[in-house]
Amino acid sequence: MLLLIGLTLLKIVGIILVFVMVVATLMTWADRKQAALIQDRIGPNRANLGSVTAAGLIHILADALKTLFKEDFIPRDANKGLFGIAPFLAFVPAILAFAVVPVGDVWCPEGKIAVENFRDVCLAGEPQDYFRISGMAGGLLVIFAIVSLGVYGSSIGGWASNNKFALIGGVRVSAQMISYEVTMGLTLVGLLMIYGTVDLNEMVRAQGELLWGFLPKWGIVVQPLSFFLFFAAAIAETKRPPFDIPEAESELAAGYFVEYSAMRFALFTLSEYVASVLVAMMVTTLFLGGWQVPFLYGDGLHLPGVEGVIALPYALVKVLQVGSFCFKVIFLCWFQLQIRWTLPRFRYDQLMRLGWKVILPLSLANILVTGIVLLFAGK
Amino acid sequence: MHEQYVTLATLAVVAVVLGGLILILNRILGPQKWTKSKLDTFETGNEPEGDARHRFSIRFYLVAILFILFDIEAVFLFPWAVVYREYIGAGLGLFMFMEMLVFVTILGLGLAYVWRKGALEWD
Repeated sequence: MLLLIGLTLLKIVGIILVFVMVVATLMTWADRKQAALIQDRIGPNRANLGSVTAAGLIHILADALKTLFKEDFIPRDANKGLFGIAPFLAFVPAILAFAVVPVGDVWCPEGKIAVENFRDVCLAGEPQDYFRISGMAGGLLVIFAIVSLGVYGSSIGGWASNNKFALIGGVRVSAQMISYEVTMGLTLVGLLMIYGTVDLNEMVRAQGELLWGFLPKWGIVVQPLSFFLFFAAAIAETKRPPFDIPEAESELAAGYFVEYSAMRFALFTLSEYVASVLVAMMVTTLFLGGWQVPFLYGDGLHLPGVEGVIALPYALVKVLQVGSFCFKVIFLCWFQLQIRWTLPRFRYDQLMRLGWKVILPLSLANILVTGIVLLFAGK
Repeated sequence: MHEQYVTLATLAVVAVVLGGLILILNRILGPQKWTKSKLDTFETGNEPEGDARHRFSIRFYLVAILFILFDIEAVFLFPWAVVYREYIGAGLGLFMFMEMLVFVTILGLGLAYVWRKGALEWD
């Protein structure tokens, strides 16, 4: 038991603190630099340690220190208990959802493996789940369950502030998040039909298969429409631009967290960036092959059209796979920033119309088409 | 099986402790000089006019009702989707497809109904 908790803590440090948190904080910097680039400005470049500015990276440190030394107060009219709980209700689910995302495949003891049907099979001992915090079999369902808790943090925070802007922001959050949750679930039904499992690691393993002998069966290849629908719905779920209606600065000051200051405010913003990393991780896992490197399996490279295997050490394969996962996640994080600063904000009715009248019917049609194709392909 | 819940609970504890530590550190390091106008509700610089504890027309309550309907129906589709290929392999593909077709048709009719009724209009 203690061993299990110790191992889990190690994995949490490795995955959450070293990877997710670092990417999320780097995103706060990249976000401002990206905005500057698109608006033809220089962006943050003043904060320094001596003469080192590191292209504005020191701003991350400066921001963290500044928020730590800011005054943390609760408005007189606010509901004190709920006001204090709300940032946690936003932050904890955002972190918790990473528990079931596999950063790499299961580890086979002593590296004794064979490749069967495009999957690594352990020949000796139990496969070890070193690259995933919790090996819950219902991975995708767990993520949906946890992500949907996030709505409580924002809407309770909006109500408890006892501020009109915050209240409107909170109401908008709940309407937007539950609308896009429906579509997020329905867009993935097609993928579940193809992979036949909700275990995220099994889904990634299935994406190692090849279509017509050379095309990796990544989610984006077998479910292209679902990829776009899911990505759009997931970005809307994070309340990030262009779907940032709940915190639209120009109408609502700051939306549901307008009354929050210092670190409580930072928890809200941090959980939004963390949610963006989660979206990147989910899209990577479901559609971009997760930790898969094309044609790379446990014993080495299996290039199409080439006889035999270009043998690689097992540990190197693992490093390459985890590296490929990190690369895809960082790419998608950057891609979200690109979307954020390219598109103008949606109006509320446009937002709801997109969710209910475009994505929802299209995802239903996607289920039908996938069903028909599988039916004929299966014969 | 319960090992997985232990790992999830560990992560939950870590997340709460992490958030709590940050807030405690903030309390220690930050100043605490509460004044009357600082504690006022923020209303873009004006004197706050009343509070937000009014009856408030939530136009989106219909969305919440629709959410419950459609989300539950999505939940029903999940187990079906997971076993679909196994049934095709067992030669029962057409039967399973028809079952889903009926279900999704009802779902689609429901969507068409609320659409016609104007429940999806927000302007």
